[in-house]
Amino acid sequence: MAEIKKVTATVGENTVLAPGICSMWLEGTDFADRAVPGQFLSVYCEDKSRLLPRPISICEIDREGGRLRIVYRIAGAGTKELSGRKAGETVSVMGPLGNGYFLDMETAGRENPDAILIGGGIGIPPLLALAMALPGKKTAVLGYRDDKTFLKEDFEACGCRVVLASDDGSVGTKGNVIDAIRAQGVQGNMIFSCGPTPMQRGVKAYARQSGIPAQLSLEERMACGIGACLACVCKSKEADGHSHVNNKRVCKDGPVFWAEEIEL
Amino acid sequence: MVQGAFRKQKEIQIKICRFHGRMRGIMKTNVTIAGVEFKNPVTTASGTFGSGMEYGELVDLNRLGAVTTKGVANVPWAGNPTPRVAETYGGMLNAIGLQNPGIDVLLSRDIPFLRQYDTKIIVNVCGRTTKDYVEVVERLIDAPADLLEINISCPNVKEGGIAFGQNPKMVEEITREIKRYAKQPVIMKLSPNVTDITEMARAAQEGGADALSLINTLTGMKIDIHKRAFLLANKTGGLSGPAVKPVALRMVYQVANAVKLPVIGMGGIATAEDALEFIMAGASMVAIGTANFFHPRATLDVIEGIEAYMCQNQVEDIRELIGCVK
Repeated sequence: MAEIKKVTATVGENTVLAPGICSMWLEGTDFADRAVPGQFLSVYCEDKSRLLPRPISICEIDREGGRLRIVYRIAGAGTKELSGRKAGETVSVMGPLGNGYFLDMETAGRENPDAILIGGGIGIPPLLALAMALPGKKTAVLGYRDDKTFLKEDFEACGCRVVLASDDGSVGTKGNVIDAIRAQGVQGNMIFSCGPTPMQRGVKAYARQSGIPAQLSLEERMACGIGACLACVCKSKEADGHSHVNNKRVCKDGPVFWAEEIEL
Repeated sequence: MVQGAFRKQKEIQIKICRFHGRMRGIMKTNVTIAGVEFKNPVTTASGTFGSGMEYGELVDLNRLGAVTTKGVANVPWAGNPTPRVAETYGGMLNAIGLQNPGIDVLLSRDIPFLRQYDTKIIVNVCGRTTKDYVEVVERLIDAPADLLEINISCPNVKEGGIAFGQNPKMVEEITREIKRYAKQPVIMKLSPNVTDITEMARAAQEGGADALSLINTLTGMKIDIHKRAFLLANKTGGLSGPAVKPVALRMVYQVANAVKLPVIGMGGIATAEDALEFIMAGASMVAIGTANFFHPRATLDVIEGIEAYMCQNQVEDIRELIGCVK
């Protein structure tokens, strides 16, 4: 397993992509070369009244440049603090954490991969690193609240057909990502998704009905980020080999799981 | 940044000590609790460090005085629903609910893993009934564990846990019962969620405990005003982290002065300075808990910082510091 490190990274570029959505490049993390799509970082606050690291998924991996990009939502005081960090300043991060998406399409029985990447809201960013690494045909189904989209052009730039959904119907199909898949005739033979739990339930149900295997990246409140504290568990179908109960650790055993492994 | 500056200062101090060549060789950081000797007075607080496997990637476990394992029951426990944690100002709430793989797995996987390292093993034991605790303690008779820590103070489970720790009669009874079966020395872990913690400490002493550890977490709560709902699925959780340190320190001082038993102090310790406060208040050993989450190397920094303090202040034996503030 890839070695985990806590390091002081340098902020490369910290920009606003949409209201409340920020993008940050991290330089000199020392582990960019071994990060894979679907993994995440623990990002620590400078303000010591906020103890716990913020788990933020990796949005882009620049192996040669040794840089990682994170795209995050300002959800509270911690991420607000992060958004105020200027280029050249530092940020404490630990990574790379968790397991990435399963990318070996031949082993997965998909010799002609035709991927459907499904992202909802702040679940969209990790799918970009995935889209950049995946061979073959791919469709990105991106769900937003409204017309304040982000990263859409980045998906187009790496060869994805991009299909949109929005809660208010201002872009793409009015409704959720599954509505968009149905309305816009999206087809494929492997699903990769990331987003809030209600969306993942929908994706899991859709995948089962359509007979398409699905890999879901889950989110849960975390503390340690490395599998020790057992805060961020999800229900598993079978008793887990580590916990010996029907719980898997999202941070360590995930965050990516096969849809059939877990109960949502 | 502050940490970086502190580390640098510490490095300089250690260099000075080495240069003088006096203190370092003769400095004694080892402590003894119930006949078990620890190379230094630093362990991990139960539940924050698993069984050391995960943190072993970030911390050299050989350097710790002891690893205290996550609470283990007679059978696997699934724990509480999520969310299980919430951040609070300078602290955090948890309501894991003592999820654990059961004593079989601890014996076959976790203890052999830890035995590879040059560190002592303190096994934390939990249960719903006295019988559950006794069953675990009996299973540990032939295990290479050094001490047992009995959790009678978890605020997040409906039966057992704290229910045993809030009534002096029950504290005494369960301590006595466990002592009848335990091969290893027994540490009773006390709850701060009581009116007078010294009453529980005396009861544990009366029941035959070999040592005490405190504090477990303080019961707390957090509400999401936008969702008008509790942050934790369990509604309440245990508060830990720097926010609880002054309360923990006060209780360690009270207990250390109320009983003859050695005390393992914990509650918000994040730095060597914090640890030294607990030691001076009367703790023979300290445990690092929540700090592992925001500073995975916290245990090592505390050990190094205690050594640096001893060097700088020409303290030859850590025992000079234990309970030195009356």
